[in-house]
Amino acid sequence: MTGNLTVNGAPLLIDFDPEETLLDALRSAGFTEVKRGCEQGECGACLVLLDDLLVNSCQVFAATAVGGRVTTTAGLTGEPGVPHPIHEAYAATGAVQCGFCTPGMVMATFALLSGNPDPSDDEIREALAGNLCRCTGYVKIVEAVHLAAGRMRDDG
Amino acid sequence: MGERSVGLSLAKIDALPLALGSAAFTADIAPRGALVLRFRYSEQAHAEIRSIDASAALALPGVAAVFHHGNCPETLYTTAGQGHPEPSPYDYRLFDRRVRYVGDRVCMVAAESAEIADRALELIEIETEPLPALFDPESATEPGAPRLHPDEAHAVIPADYDPEHNVAARVEISIGDTAAGMEEADFVVTQRYTTHQAAHAALEPHVVACSLDARGRLTIVSATQVPFHARRITSRVLGIPLHRIRVIKPRIGGGFGAKQEVLLEPYAALATLRTGRSTVCELSRAETFVSTRTRHPMRVDLRTGVKNDGSITALEMDALMDTGAYGSHALTVLSNAGAKVLPLFNRIANLSFTGCSVYTNHPVGGAYRGYGATQGYFAFNQHIDTIARRLGVDVVEYCKQWHIREGETSPVFEALGEGKEGVSQTVESCALGECIDRGAAAIGWGEKRDRRTVVDGWVHGVGMAICMQGSGIPRIDMGGATMKLNEDGSFNLAVGATDLGTGSDTILVQIAAEALKVPPGKIEILSSDTDLTPFDVGAYASSTTYISGGAVLSCATQMATRMRAVGAAALGCPEKELVHEAERFRNGRTDEVISFEGIGYRTLYATAQEQLQTSASHTSDVSPPPFLAQFAEVAVDPETGDIRVVHFASAVDCGTAINPRLAEGQVEGAALNGISWALAEQFLFSAGGRLTNARYGRYGMFTAADAPPMTTMLVASHEPTGPYGAKSVAEIAINGPAPAIANAIYDAVGVRLVDLPLTPERIYRAIRAAGQP
Repeated sequence: MTGNLTVNGAPLLIDFDPEETLLDALRSAGFTEVKRGCEQGECGACLVLLDDLLVNSCQVFAATAVGGRVTTTAGLTGEPGVPHPIHEAYAATGAVQCGFCTPGMVMATFALLSGNPDPSDDEIREALAGNLCRCTGYVKIVEAVHLAAGRMRDDG
Repeated sequence: MGERSVGLSLAKIDALPLALGSAAFTADIAPRGALVLRFRYSEQAHAEIRSIDASAALALPGVAAVFHHGNCPETLYTTAGQGHPEPSPYDYRLFDRRVRYVGDRVCMVAAESAEIADRALELIEIETEPLPALFDPESATEPGAPRLHPDEAHAVIPADYDPEHNVAARVEISIGDTAAGMEEADFVVTQRYTTHQAAHAALEPHVVACSLDARGRLTIVSATQVPFHARRITSRVLGIPLHRIRVIKPRIGGGFGAKQEVLLEPYAALATLRTGRSTVCELSRAETFVSTRTRHPMRVDLRTGVKNDGSITALEMDALMDTGAYGSHALTVLSNAGAKVLPLFNRIANLSFTGCSVYTNHPVGGAYRGYGATQGYFAFNQHIDTIARRLGVDVVEYCKQWHIREGETSPVFEALGEGKEGVSQTVESCALGECIDRGAAAIGWGEKRDRRTVVDGWVHGVGMAICMQGSGIPRIDMGGATMKLNEDGSFNLAVGATDLGTGSDTILVQIAAEALKVPPGKIEILSSDTDLTPFDVGAYASSTTYISGGAVLSCATQMATRMRAVGAAALGCPEKELVHEAERFRNGRTDEVISFEGIGYRTLYATAQEQLQTSASHTSDVSPPPFLAQFAEVAVDPETGDIRVVHFASAVDCGTAINPRLAEGQVEGAALNGISWALAEQFLFSAGGRLTNARYGRYGMFTAADAPPMTTMLVASHEPTGPYGAKSVAEIAINGPAPAIANAIYDAVGVRLVDLPLTPERIYRAIRAAGQP
């Protein structure tokens, strides 16, 4: 099967099997920033925005995404390689250790801050509860979300 | 900038690219069009394979090859990625005629896609004859117990290896006379403790990609903590020259010991050699849980003789470790349960440690952050809590009175090492007393201990644990570094040290930048590539900051010396007149200066042309322990046994923290791993030995919403043998959470839980058994 979708603002034609997940289709198309951690929707490493909805791309068929808009961590600013304040906050606070969970964490953070520009600790922890990290104990990740939220509020 | 680098909390050099999702990991950069490798696993806990018929699988379009015991090298080896000769027994083959646990590898398919490979695996006809299975480690050595390994399995170091009785390792040391010591005691405390199996659960599953380069050499890209050991072991297993293999370690998505295991490299190399094609093998999450490696479960018996003045007159520790189907790290993890624990109370004159690692038909143990110390400290710290309560003294004061101090030694250092005799050493840096004080203050010890405050029906309690670890393995671990000067005054630094997400690349740059007085941004680090970087044993045993950092410091110091000579020649003055300043040398007499850029251009393009480069190796005769005090406040619902950690505090002495924020991150990550393991994580087996919860959602690993508030304090000391006073820090903080929480539960509700995990069911039953509330 083939279909068109938009990934990070650019059109993409994908060729996929009926049972193929969006995760596989994206990785095959070179969007390797979407990480494969469990393929069971339990680790959050493959989180992307699909039409502004946060989804585990391993739990969505590629066919479902046809005609849709996908945003990954690499597409948050719309300019390749240009970091978003969330990326910078993760780097500055030490929230990135191995970095494998980070692209998914960043997407969950983006989704949270889109609706709640000044979340509490508990709200952050709840919003990130679908993302596993074994390296950090989540301390500096929560700190990163606060820092990013502050900078995004300052930037208006 | 340029003057100081050590002690700054710089952002990890790869943090921003990783956050942006750069193609940094093995699966991201695996060659396109590679054959996909998939395994079929044993459904039985113990069986003999009678026949394998792969004809239908081979007939399937898209299948390139099938691998099994009938067509693969039969080399016996260990998957443990340890130095040569490995202390783990040679009891493993690529594929064996015998399978020894549910999840053992039976055969492998190389195919054009994962879907084809999986279909092919189902088409392979396998006949097996079931054998009696062994699940109880306590009965493993008894007469009549099923035997797992044949006579040909063997140790390659002098070790007490006895496969006839399912013994993968035995350790026995004795200091003084424990029987006499027990006689002297006013009372004896005896208790059995058990710790449970656990998954490392790194977010990146095990993955390897292999290809042939233009000259027919194997290039293996692997998520490994031990690229050089992976090269050596792959060479030996397949019988191909070591120099025909190149192992590249890209970024690694977490390891925690699981990737100190050479689990995939020989398979991918064999498949590439046999098919002439690139291959990739990426394990699923379930495979990672079942068929990689785990924390060894351990039963620890502690018996101590104590005088009423608090002195311990004798201590006997006996450990039984379940190594599972293979003996990966069976000797060294066992040894560490004593070696990393018993020196902590160094005034016990009569000590013994006896241990046995036994085979069972369980998933295989291996290296796991903490490495035996975690198991030993669960027992030790609860035992000390019990003794202090029996004496009627505050355990905080008791620990402060009896722990090892600067300038002191313990006979255990020399008597017990990792799988052999240890190395005598004197502790030259120890801020444990301050760690205990600061941790106690952070948790509110004075106001909360023995109070049993009730809030909304939940009873609060506090508990503590103290620990030490090591910094590398003395006289075994070695790290190498090379460095060259570029014409712009920048440097390339190549290290074999293996950054698996810890930030070691960053702190090694900081060490080099400090020695050279340049901004860290002027140093480009490469790790690790067996063709391009010098040898390093790899990332394990908390070795990188101390051992590899020592190599980098030496290498950078030599570079500064070489550059000084060039600078002196350029300025026409004696070397001793030059003052080393930020990115330049200045003649202290004339104030003439030559920049590092000037030296770079001069050496490459002008007078006395030479590529300035230096190389250094580092080993250590000692393994300076980092020290740690951890405190837990818990709340227990006495009606249901439900438990919450309300606050968790860690105070750690890792010497100089080269990068404090990254050091804190090591402590925080290890602490939460320890908390999650203590309370929730566990392996659940069916009666037939099948792991029934091999997925994140059922395993119990904590999310951000489950994690308690944590306070982390770095307590400075100065380790004179370490780079800029540093010790290592990666493992230690995983050791204290389980005993600190168990001690806090006792403080809250008066029940002593000696078996992990500390589940509400167990707490509930213990409260009921004690006849309260």
